[in-house]
Amino acid sequence: MKYNVGLFIPCYVDQFFPEVGIATLRLLEKHNCNVIFPEQQTCCGQPMANTGMEQEGKKIYQQMAELFKNCDYIVGPSPSCVYHIRKHYDVAEQTEEIKHLRANCYDLVEFLYDVLKITQLDVSFPHRVGLHKGCHGLRGMQLDKPSELQKEVAPKWTTILHMVNDIEIADLTRTDECCGFGGTFAVAEEAISVKMGKDRVQDHINNQVEVITSGDMSCLMHLQGIIKRQKNGPKIMHIANILNGDTL
Amino acid sequence: MSIHAQKAKDFIANEERTNWHDGALWHVRNKRDISASGVPEWEALRNTASQIKDNVLSNLDTYLIQFEAAAKANGVHIHWAANGNEHNAIIGDIIDKHNARKIVKSKSMLTEECGLNHFLEDNGIEIIDTDLGERIIQMRNEPPSHIVLPAIHIKKEEVGELFHAQLGTEKGNADPTYLTKAARTHLQNKFFEADIAITGVNFAIAETGGVVICTNEGNADMGCHAAPVHIHCMGMEKILPKLEHLGVFTRLLARSATGQPSTIYTSHYHKPESSKEMHIVIVDNGRSEQLAKEDFRNSLKCIRCGACMNTCPIYRRSGGHSYHATIPGPIGAILQPNRDLKAYSDLPFASTLCGSCSDVCPVKINIHEQLYKWRQEIYKNNELPKSKVTSLKIATKVFKSPSTYDFLGKFARASMKALPRFMMYNKFNDWGKHRELPQPPKQSFKEWYKNKNNE
Repeated sequence: MKYNVGLFIPCYVDQFFPEVGIATLRLLEKHNCNVIFPEQQTCCGQPMANTGMEQEGKKIYQQMAELFKNCDYIVGPSPSCVYHIRKHYDVAEQTEEIKHLRANCYDLVEFLYDVLKITQLDVSFPHRVGLHKGCHGLRGMQLDKPSELQKEVAPKWTTILHMVNDIEIADLTRTDECCGFGGTFAVAEEAISVKMGKDRVQDHINNQVEVITSGDMSCLMHLQGIIKRQKNGPKIMHIANILNGDTL
Repeated sequence: MSIHAQKAKDFIANEERTNWHDGALWHVRNKRDISASGVPEWEALRNTASQIKDNVLSNLDTYLIQFEAAAKANGVHIHWAANGNEHNAIIGDIIDKHNARKIVKSKSMLTEECGLNHFLEDNGIEIIDTDLGERIIQMRNEPPSHIVLPAIHIKKEEVGELFHAQLGTEKGNADPTYLTKAARTHLQNKFFEADIAITGVNFAIAETGGVVICTNEGNADMGCHAAPVHIHCMGMEKILPKLEHLGVFTRLLARSATGQPSTIYTSHYHKPESSKEMHIVIVDNGRSEQLAKEDFRNSLKCIRCGACMNTCPIYRRSGGHSYHATIPGPIGAILQPNRDLKAYSDLPFASTLCGSCSDVCPVKINIHEQLYKWRQEIYKNNELPKSKVTSLKIATKVFKSPSTYDFLGKFARASMKALPRFMMYNKFNDWGKHRELPQPPKQSFKEWYKNKNNE
């Protein structure tokens, strides 16, 4: 065993997409991690904080940190939630637990790339895949190169995804435009959120994408909701499931 | 529904037009990318520009006094305006002194901010905007929808109709070259008739006392060279310490704005020609307050390139007027709440916090981080809608108690399975208007994990 890894499962993944949590757990175990899942976890507090109610969200931060204080690393299948912890837990009292959590909290793909430094995956996914680069992972954590920046950025998502055998990664016309989920934005600005999502889906359709994947299930939940309603568009699958060798 | 959400919804109702608007601005964003990628030191330039502006904001008082002294030594009249009304009154006085009746003005977001056009028109003065886009929206009696491309929301066919009605061009002719020629003839007469020319200011150099004005149409110069009096209106944050700093900004400005290597005209005004008068009006209008707010002061670095608008996926699909503010888009959403938190409390929420604005910003304003911070201020000032506050306070309570969370999660998933479709998808469910909800699974991850360990 290499590391004691605390498994962080975001609330909506827990409730609606358990298969993403399962894939994350199995993937970490396959790579020799001793995975601990603190069952008392709920939410990172991002929904409150992004709506301006950081003062409310803050009440959960210490509780989150307490759960993971004995883990070497804390890993979750969501750049967005991980970004929130790293970036916005600055308003909590900086206890040892909070400092430990913020410093050692990783997104799954980032952890595979930066900490485990994997170079191969013995799985196959014989499909044409469109990678949706969720904004917090892309611009907040630079898991790939944002199209705006004119400098080298290690393409972590793309590199890890290319380790999957038989996968074909499609080029998109707009490589990293936001899908329009945005948390409470999705309902507070419903019209524009849906329009952004429709446009994203159409880009994948135009580029013959069979499966849209992403590090964040929240973006995919939004895109899936649109695809199902318009009864046209690719399938969706979280990147953890592809990396774990799950079938479509 | 918030003002922005309602206006965005109205805009999107015409989906074809929304696609056209989005495509036009995305094209500009693309040109910016191509142009920026041709400058190997692009990111270093952005850093340098940001640091120069840091220095300016930290020493603004000193630089402004230095600027005033240098400009006065050049024979320029300097005026200080604490707010928009003072700014308008100063210009009114200059107009009275010269018995002026006809004014031409080149592009200036500051005079928009101060409401100068309305003020002068109410006082019987003719004021003509000479930037083509500005002239179009002035004829339509509309505010600009973009700070660099003020008429980006209008199609060329609509300009054809407008010019036919107001300038007598051929009916049904929407050829851009033809329309531009007609506008040029119309404006040339205005330039020659003008008693006073007014311009905005892109940069003011503390060392030299000169101002720099960037245009593509040369209209600022046409105005200033033809009229006996020229007035330059500037926000007090436009200062650069030395002339040697200017190149950093001119290299960034046009590339960020339109993808051009530089604007067609970059004009330096230092002193009036003999027998002419040159005035500079330096305006505060809320900038001191913004400067005092540590979390938000960086917004004063803005050089008004509009790149954040072109890249913003919300702006492109909701149009500039949906921001109901002088400065729309992401930068407007962090500037406007400083002026009136209540009136503009919707704007920081007109964003997914995707961060693209911050990454294109040539002076590295942390726009999306400021949007996040404004949201916190809005909650603290009780300007968040009650519906949001109540539901998120309940959510916090639920998340604080793992057993309540587990129980309610199970209950919600069971309800979603059991309820008939009309109970799930109705006017109370904004998610479900145009989207399906996720299919609730048999068990949550936690339930699966427990069962797994019990096996």
